[in-house]
Parts: sequence; structure tokens; C-alpha cells
Amino acid sequence: MPQLDPTVWPTQLFWLTLTFVALYLIVWRVALPRISEVLEARQRKLDDDLKKATALKEEAEAILAEYEKMRADAQASAHQELQATHDALKEEAERETEALAAKLSAQTEEAEARIAAAKSAALASLEGTVSEVVVAATEKLIGVKAGGQEVARVVGDVMGSQVKGEGR
Amino acid sequence: MAEGGGAHSPLEQFEIKGLFPARDHGEIGTLDFTNSSLMMVTTLVLISAFLILGMRRGALVPGRMQSLAELSYEFIAGLISDTVGSEGRRYFPIVFTLFMFVLFGNLLGMVPYSFTFTSHIIVTFALAMLVFTGVTILAVAKHGMHFFSFFVPPGAPVAMWPLLIPIEVISYLSRPISLSVRLFANMLAGHTLLKVIAGFIGLLGVFGILPFALVVALTGLEILIAFLQAYVFAILTCLYINDALHLH
Repeated sequence: MPQLDPTVWPTQLFWLTLTFVALYLIVWRVALPRISEVLEARQRKLDDDLKKATALKEEAEAILAEYEKMRADAQASAHQELQATHDALKEEAERETEALAAKLSAQTEEAEARIAAAKSAALASLEGTVSEVVVAATEKLIGVKAGGQEVARVVGDVMGSQVKGEGR
Repeated sequence: MAEGGGAHSPLEQFEIKGLFPARDHGEIGTLDFTNSSLMMVTTLVLISAFLILGMRRGALVPGRMQSLAELSYEFIAGLISDTVGSEGRRYFPIVFTLFMFVLFGNLLGMVPYSFTFTSHIIVTFALAMLVFTGVTILAVAKHGMHFFSFFVPPGAPVAMWPLLIPIEVISYLSRPISLSVRLFANMLAGHTLLKVIAGFIGLLGVFGILPFALVVALTGLEILIAFLQAYVFAILTCLYINDALHLH
């Protein structure tokens, strides 16, 4: 086995020492510092970006809260206004209803008065006609010419009591 | 070494050959540049290129090569923090260098017609001795004479000490042997097996397709083993450092 031949050991040890020490120095002094520097820079950048993102997120949340508040305020004021308008309209409607009712009752009263007037006028004219009829009838039946004044008084009495009775 | 007979020996691939100056083994001087030296220098150049050129731009969003370089960094950093903890950061460069050197040595050996310097016991033993002596010096420097309490298992009755202490000492001293032989034997066995099976391809004619398929499959396995053995070497180094720092 060539491995067990001691004559080839010194050269291998010599070159192993040379290359290994050179590699160690390169790795230790040049390669590893460079890699760790890059990795640290990346970590710093990540931390930085995360911090920035957190700050931005907080800012966005603050803005959102503000917006929510503004929206709630606007909603409240709109609601209030709506309520006020609603109340005003309701009041006006009530007032109008009342006015209309008053007008209607006035008109009703007026109409009733007119009806009563017409009725009494009709009764009055009826009294005259009845008296004439009574005078004519008595003359025809019993040949007595009743005094107009007397008849009118009696008829008025009868009619008056009848009208009163109807009123009850 | 079965020389002659026409067929190549499966062990011929482990032969050290002088390149500058061109000399056969047996007459190679200490400073001669050999096929082994060539692969070591290639490993050095490739790792340096991989780490330095890969990180050249140092981009915030890494490209492919930069990702690989960062991945290897984070892999070993994670290994150390898992086994040793935060005190292990000081030993990061040496563990990283060992891992990359063994890994690239193993992987470069998988290139056809190249040479696997980690298949030589002298190389793996030298690396293991580096770890062993380093870790022992570290432990003595940190704990002084208290270091020798490491050889007494905690809670063991005093009557058992004469038996246990030699066992612990032997197991401690055999660490560099197990560490080096594990890597060496894995590389030796894998490459020898590939060569032996590849030798059947020509002999079997049309049926050579079977050993050929096996060689393809085993090459995949060998690449896995190349990673695995580099990982094992690194993790054992970390465990030894942990032992040195915390004793038990």
C-alpha cells in the first residue's frame, strides 16, 4: 500500500503544512470576516426594515383610528340633523292638521248656523201659510171668519211647541 | 502492491508521483511537488476562490455562489453553536478550515484521474494530531492540573479508579488514531472498491453494463461519503473542543 511507504511522508507533510496554514490564514483573515460582515449587514437591514415597517404600521393604525372617529362624528351629526328635520316636519304637519281641523270646525259651525237660519226662516214662512190655511178652512167649514191675529197666535204656539219637541 | 501482470492494481491510484521534478516514489524529496501537492494546492485555490469570489459583491440578496459560501459559513457556525455554544466562536476559523479542506480534498478525489490526498494516512493523521494537540493544549491552559480530572468519570467509586483511569486515558489517546483512520479508511475503501468494480467492466464484455451501473451508483455514494466524512471530522473536532472547555 503506497500509504505506508515512509519515504513519501515528508513531502506530504511539507505541502500539507504549507497549504493548510495558507488556507487557515486566508479563511481567518479574509474570507470569514467578509462573510460575517455581509451577513451582519443583511441582519441590520432586516432589523431596520422591520422597525420601519412597524413604525409605518403604527402610523397607519393612528390614521385609521382618526378616520373612524371622524366617520363616527359625521354619522352622529348627520343623525342629529336628520332628527331635527324630522321633528320640524312633524311639528309643521301637526300645526297644519290643527289649523285644518279648526277651519273645518268653523265651517261646520257656520254651516250649522246657516241650516238653523234656513230652518227658522222656513218655519216662519210656514206659520204664515198655515194661518191662512186655517182661516180659509174655518170659514169654509163653519162659516166663521176667524180673526187673523188670533189664528196667527195659536198657530205660532202650536208650531213653536212642535219645533221645540223636534229639537229635543 | 500487485505490480506487473498487466492489469492495474486498484491501489495504484494512491501512488505518490513526483511532478516537479518528475521522480518515482522512493526517491521523492521533501520539497518535491507531487500529485498530492498539486491536489492540496488546487484545494487551497478552489476554497479561496469559492469564498472570496463568491462573496466579492457582498450582495444583500445573494446569488448562487454567494448563497453557497454563506451556507457553508452558517452550517459550520450552527455546528459550533450546537456542540460548543457561544464560547466556540473563537475556534470557528480552524473548524471551518478543517471542514473545507477535508471536504474539498474528498470531493476533488472524485474527479477521474485526480488524486485523493485524504486517502493518505499521514495527511489525515497530521490533521488529527493538529486537533488533538490543539485541544489538549487548550484544556491544560484553561483548567491547569484540574484537566486530569477528565480521566476520572464523575460519580465512579474510588475502588474502580485503577480500572477506569487507564481506560479513559487510552480512549483519550486513541482519539487522533480513530479520527485519522476513519477518514483515511473511508477514502481508501471507497476508491479501491470503485477501481475493483470498474476493472470488471472490460472483462465482462456486454455484461460489463452491470458493474458500470454499480460504479455509477457507488460514485453517488462516494460523493455522499465525501460530505459525510468532512462533517464527521468537523463535528468530532467540535466535540473535542467542547470537552476541553467543559471537561465533563
